[in-house]
Amino acid sequence: MDDIDKQIINALQDGFPICDAPYQQVAAHLGLTEQDLITRLKALLDNGTLTRFGPLYNAEQMGGALTLAAVKAPTERYDEIAEIINSFPEVAHNYARSHELNMWIVLATQTPDQIQQTIGAIEKLTGLTVYNMPKNKEYFVNLKLEA
Amino acid sequence: MLDTKDRQLLEHVQLGLPVCQRPYAEIGRLCDMPETEVIERLTRLKQQGLIKRMGVIVKHRQLGYRANAMIVWNVPDNLIKQLGGHISRFPFVTLCYQRPRQPEWPYNLYCMIHGKDRATVLNQLEQLVDACGLSSFDKEILFSNRCFKQRGAIYRNTALAHG
Repeated sequence: MDDIDKQIINALQDGFPICDAPYQQVAAHLGLTEQDLITRLKALLDNGTLTRFGPLYNAEQMGGALTLAAVKAPTERYDEIAEIINSFPEVAHNYARSHELNMWIVLATQTPDQIQQTIGAIEKLTGLTVYNMPKNKEYFVNLKLEA
Repeated sequence: MLDTKDRQLLEHVQLGLPVCQRPYAEIGRLCDMPETEVIERLTRLKQQGLIKRMGVIVKHRQLGYRANAMIVWNVPDNLIKQLGGHISRFPFVTLCYQRPRQPEWPYNLYCMIHGKDRATVLNQLEQLVDACGLSSFDKEILFSNRCFKQRGAIYRNTALAHG
């Protein structure tokens, strides 16, 4: 990844135009040719520097639901619990964190009812209590990680 | 709010925009829709907030952001809105949410800081605490050790029908 790649990543985190030749527009802004931008972007996606390039949907507006939840997984059962939990397609993220509540997951389901169903199923299979922390309010942040 | 064509379109673009000269024409070809209609519909869906943003989703670790902390606070309910608004304006804060307190878990305000290393993150947290007047509130800092799974949400047509 060189400086031009970094500029591309930074610029594309701010958004992407919806018009007939959007790459040309972004390329002009960065002082690149359209073809150079396309080639570099493809390479960044192929080598895994970028996971996704496209729209981020508002889950709730799409009819789906999201929640943050956590469990206290005993150390000796940690990998087993992680395996059970990750086998659910509803589990979008799973992070180990340093705390008694040591496994933090994000559930993303197609309907709000499925959140509770998934939590129930996880509790049954793991024997652990799932702490459910749905959001009450989201504060807008300009999500951007400087490359 | 969403018609069948919107749903079809959202389903086609969710996994990513084509990387070619006329990406919206390419999507139109897949959905049997003219390029102009794809552009009109996506513009409207973005204005309506259904598409939160268009652009790249980065892998933190690939960019060298190896330290990621979730910080949780127990703040008085009457101050939460003001504090949440203040915290979320710091450029290093990547998420900020109000969530319900739980038994044995009294925290109601959550934020995430992604940084290149723990020392940087702790330093940024200190700035945040000072600037927002958070020092008197109970908090916990939960650094992540491992990431087991990270994917975007997938929506199928059936889900969109509930929208």
